[in-house]
Amino acid sequence: MSIIEVINLKKTFTSLEVLKGISFSLNEGEVLSIIGPSGSGKSTLLRCITNLERVESGTIIIGGDTLVETSREGKVLYADKETTSRIGQRLGLVFQNFNLFPHFSVLRNITEAPRHLFKYSKEEATELALSLLEKMGLADKAGAYPYQLSGGQQQRVSIARALALHPQVLCFDEPTSALDPELTGEILAVIKELANEQMTMVVVTHEMAFARDISNRVIFMDEGLIVEEGEGDALFVNPKNERTKRFLSRF
Amino acid sequence: MGKLLLLMLEGTFTSLKIFFLTLLFSLPLGLIVAKGRMSKFRVVSSIVNGYIMIMRGTPLILQLIFVYFAPYYIFGASTDRFTAVIIAFVINYAAYFAEIYRGGIQSIPQGQIEASKVLGLSKFHTFTHIVMPQVVKTILPSMGNEVITLVKDTALAQTIGVAELFRVAQNAAARQFSTTPIFIAGLFYFIMNGVVSKSFDLIEKRLDYYK
Repeated sequence: MSIIEVINLKKTFTSLEVLKGISFSLNEGEVLSIIGPSGSGKSTLLRCITNLERVESGTIIIGGDTLVETSREGKVLYADKETTSRIGQRLGLVFQNFNLFPHFSVLRNITEAPRHLFKYSKEEATELALSLLEKMGLADKAGAYPYQLSGGQQQRVSIARALALHPQVLCFDEPTSALDPELTGEILAVIKELANEQMTMVVVTHEMAFARDISNRVIFMDEGLIVEEGEGDALFVNPKNERTKRFLSRF
Repeated sequence: MGKLLLLMLEGTFTSLKIFFLTLLFSLPLGLIVAKGRMSKFRVVSSIVNGYIMIMRGTPLILQLIFVYFAPYYIFGASTDRFTAVIIAFVINYAAYFAEIYRGGIQSIPQGQIEASKVLGLSKFHTFTHIVMPQVVKTILPSMGNEVITLVKDTALAQTIGVAELFRVAQNAAARQFSTTPIFIAGLFYFIMNGVVSKSFDLIEKRLDYYK
């Protein structure tokens, strides 16, 4: 069963049509990369799925619950608050610029949501956070504040923060775009490790070699549409569409 | 001289009462006003904006007179002088604080709110635990300014006959044909504001643990 189902999704910003009818699905355990030029709507798609943007029309079903659907008459219907928050818990999102809470220590950045959402005790939440930090290779940074960390370390904390809610799908919105090439590697390694653990992921990225390396499936988007979709590295090895070929020829 | 100091301490006590009561009510009220000013509903934000414009656009001394005398002309009954002072100060300072809060709230990056939303934090929790602590840090310097002004503004309470520090000093000066009491009052204000700015320095230092 697919864990994310998107049907004919459309999104317009004032008069600019950013998504012109996107349909795709994601199965459990899959790693899906979404590539494409800037402004193609990749990030907007991710933001619609994670409910940070309201869609114009279309349907999004996550884990069997409908986040939004569109009636025949074109009426957009969002799920009620309870369903929305249940759906939200199934998704984690890692931002391009981390968005860590600067006034919280690394530890509190991770424990805040599980404590608020799952009513974890301080000890439970701390234990969980420390094990995640260990996994991210940041066990010694629990007491540090975000400003004391490098960009790569901050991004690893934000991945730990997302994982602390045990999401069924982890979404990445250009997770390395704010990092210099040296730090990019450490984030890609973490994502790759998660992929090896069968974490279901959607990765919006500009790192072509990486996308090719980790993905079960790759979607190429341009001007608000899915131009081409390919299993494994098929899209890189043998792109069918002219636009895809042109885009990939630069890498 | 001892009697004069005693009188002036009494006046100082009144000034401090005005100061603390004003802060007690105007700090939270300012936050509500700021929320109203940022409301999605046009009617609410326009009304609140009008209120802020009047409060900041007219002299506090005039507002004091209005708050004290308006009930008399409308209902035929006057309010207690001290209560009138507190009301006037609170609604005036709430307007200034509101604009400071608004600036602070709007300076918080949208990403902070989006991260909170994605993490499932409620809107209330996001406001109290993510937004406000950061707002406090950013607005602290402008708040310090405003609070220092408040200490000196308490002298305006005498307009409607409340014997605060400056009024007491002026009375004593008139009795003694000497300006000394007025300069002593000046020293008192200076010391009070020394405490205020020292306190703000301390809070700023305490919030210096992050950038």
